[in-house]
Amino acid sequence: MMQLAVLSGFALAAFAPLFHRWFGDRASFVFAAYPAALALWFLNQLPAVMAGETLVLAMEWVPSLGMSLTFVVDGLSLLFALLVTGIGTLVLIYAGGYLKGHPDLMRFHLAILAFMVSMLGLVLADGLFTLFVFWELTSITSYLLIGFNHTDLEARKSARQGLFVTVAGGLALMAGLAMLGVAGESWSLRELNAMGDVLREHDLYTPLLICLLLGAFTKSAQFPFHFWLPNAMAAPTPVSAYLHSATMVKAGIYLLARLQPSLGGTEMWTVTLSVVGALTMFTGAFLAIRHTNIKKLLAYSTIMALGTLTMLLGIGTEGALIAFVTFLLAHSLYKGSLFMVAGILDHETGTKDVTAMGGLRPLMPITAVVAMVAALSLAGVPPLFGFIGKELMFESVLEASAWRWLVLLLAFSAAILTIAVAAIIALRPFFGQRRQTPRVAHEAPASMLLGPAVLAVLSLVLGLLPVLAGAGLLTAAASAVAGTPVEVKLSLWHGINLPLLMSLVSLALGYLLFKRWDRVRARLALLDPLISRGPEAGYDALMDGVVVVSEWQTRVLQNGYMRNYILVMILTLIALIGNSLLLRHAPQFHIALDVQFHEVVVVGTMVMGALFATISRSRLGAVVSVGIMGFSIALLFILFSAPDLGITQLLVETLTVILLVLVLFRLPRFSSLSTPLERVRDVAVAGSLGGLITLLILTSWSIDQFVPISDYMIANSAPLAHGRNIVNVILVDYRALDTLGEIFVLALAAIGVFAMLKLRAPEKPKKSAPAKENADG
Amino acid sequence: MEPLMAVAIGFMYAAAIFLMLRRSIVKLVIGLMLLTNAANLLIFTSAGMTRGAPPLIPEGMLAPEGVVADPLPQAVVLTAIVIAFGVLAFAVVLIRRAYEIVKADDLDKMKDTDT
Repeated sequence: MMQLAVLSGFALAAFAPLFHRWFGDRASFVFAAYPAALALWFLNQLPAVMAGETLVLAMEWVPSLGMSLTFVVDGLSLLFALLVTGIGTLVLIYAGGYLKGHPDLMRFHLAILAFMVSMLGLVLADGLFTLFVFWELTSITSYLLIGFNHTDLEARKSARQGLFVTVAGGLALMAGLAMLGVAGESWSLRELNAMGDVLREHDLYTPLLICLLLGAFTKSAQFPFHFWLPNAMAAPTPVSAYLHSATMVKAGIYLLARLQPSLGGTEMWTVTLSVVGALTMFTGAFLAIRHTNIKKLLAYSTIMALGTLTMLLGIGTEGALIAFVTFLLAHSLYKGSLFMVAGILDHETGTKDVTAMGGLRPLMPITAVVAMVAALSLAGVPPLFGFIGKELMFESVLEASAWRWLVLLLAFSAAILTIAVAAIIALRPFFGQRRQTPRVAHEAPASMLLGPAVLAVLSLVLGLLPVLAGAGLLTAAASAVAGTPVEVKLSLWHGINLPLLMSLVSLALGYLLFKRWDRVRARLALLDPLISRGPEAGYDALMDGVVVVSEWQTRVLQNGYMRNYILVMILTLIALIGNSLLLRHAPQFHIALDVQFHEVVVVGTMVMGALFATISRSRLGAVVSVGIMGFSIALLFILFSAPDLGITQLLVETLTVILLVLVLFRLPRFSSLSTPLERVRDVAVAGSLGGLITLLILTSWSIDQFVPISDYMIANSAPLAHGRNIVNVILVDYRALDTLGEIFVLALAAIGVFAMLKLRAPEKPKKSAPAKENADG
Repeated sequence: MEPLMAVAIGFMYAAAIFLMLRRSIVKLVIGLMLLTNAANLLIFTSAGMTRGAPPLIPEGMLAPEGVVADPLPQAVVLTAIVIAFGVLAFAVVLIRRAYEIVKADDLDKMKDTDT
């Protein structure tokens, strides 16, 4: 079963500590076998999926609720699954080198394996519930991974920010998915995709689309939720390479692509996605060049790529969808590679600042070559795969239907900025004057070079032979996104046309920008006050607000005064009961007073006991009154057919009085502590509750809602349970577990009493027996 | 009989709540005792009150003769009485111990976690 193979990853994650004991630091390579095996399995499915088949691996989860664990492998899922498992394998190997000897390597493996499984489940899930569960799991595991260096305040803060933003989006997503399920009357994505026409006309279309987009945009760091992604760079670089370029941030994009056949194509979809995508694209590229930290540069350029993908889905033409899958694959390849290169630079030089590096090429020749290839792909220079992606992107933007000129302008400027970013990453550290770095730079170990090298080579090979990707995987993926068969024919040379021209102009301008980067950055510093008021300031204000509100409500509600707590609870109770009793159901009762004189005397004694206990000014008076009340109750029990209760009450009451006399007299005398006004308030509150209870009892007698179950107990006590005292039979037979629990409670109370009396600084011992003597219940 | 009990129980609830709203911790305990007794009576009377017909099965028979009192509320109350005593014993000793340490019986003076 495929499901089990995927979910077994969770078990593997749970056993990570064991593997570490066996294999030590080499455990990374052992773990890498897991995604590698899955990747092979997925590759094996490629021929079938290419032939247009959709693999459905049905599995029930909670059939009664319509929840299934069904996995579906179509072109889109397969593309993502291959990225998740393929890059996952390389990242695990890379992490083995990068985090070698890290004391918490085990924790890292645990979290990243759990993440891998969650992400895989997310892209394979067919059921909406399953999708949502895996979606949330990626949020939680990524929180653990971003906050991996948990002793670092910044890392903790960033992890929390990422969690809050994505989980808030997750809530919106949940609402959206629920509405989607209601609108389509199905919880299966496959079935929903077949009924796009119904969904697009449905009344719920607008609200459900808003909710789903909120979920997707927060997850995929679209403007204005982009700010959490650069902060997430606090994570170790393997995490950034995996989660924040190739996989998790693309979950939102995946969801949009998945829903394209069922929800796409409307004006709302087209305009929102193209404009938000284009804005994100430009924001990412623009903010990137302000930074000198190599990981931030890459993070912002990832935002730019995510914006591009959203925009292409928004444009939604056949050409745009082809561009979408091509760009997606190209980006995952070069960005994964570049992140790993960034990690190598950080690891080997001890700094993340590109302006502090220089002339590293002779020292790290392989890294330099890999970085160059990947960066050329990022810049979109032929003959790399990124070039094809960019060409197709320009082509699609030219045929955009909504807001074409704005989108075109933003896309073109973003391309220029991206080229500058690519040049900064590839040229700045490796060429120019040699600079002194905190650590003496040298070539990285093979385990760290393997990942980026493989991805860079793939970028090059697919660029030279685009048919390798285009004919198979990407055709299937584009068809899945479009919902109809699409033929993807990729080629490096499209002839001299507008897109090529745009590419050339952007290359030239981008290089110019790179040359003047230092001066541009100084200029852009003037904008800092404006940028610091961006969406992140809104997030911070919101968080501060939450703290202020919770401080305020703690001060009001949790003020430490016992009576206020009781007052709040009682008033709530009065409001709830009163609302339900007086307003919803008129109190109804027929009073049939059938009393005998001696009964009135007993009840009267009981009430007097309660009254004197309340108003007595001496402790002894109160205790005696309570005792009188208790014995009256025992008498009542006996009068009204409950001899067992009467006996128990008598015993317990006797013990209680003894206990109170023994203990309470070590406490001070009663003192009058409250003001008359407070007393009036308390009488009013207590009186209203008492009155309500009376009404409640009277009403409940006149309503018979259920057939009592005691008839069964009476009828079966002797034949089945062989007991003649039905109350006892209930206690030890019908409700035996209850009684067992009760015995536990008493034993605990007895231990507690004993401990409080006996365990103390040496002093004379005290009585401790009373709680044990009533096992008769 | 039931209406009389309803009024009596209502009164006991009122007395219990009034005592629990006092600042003196001893009164809180006495209020707690009133409250448990009132709740027990509430459950006991909820199935109606029957005179002189305990739920017992005579020797040699399989079912009681005629109508007997509902045994289920009785069983529940029996459990509740015993549990209430356990809670009371624990509370009383806890209060005693707290008084030894913080030297205060005024609940308003016991609102800080550190003494």
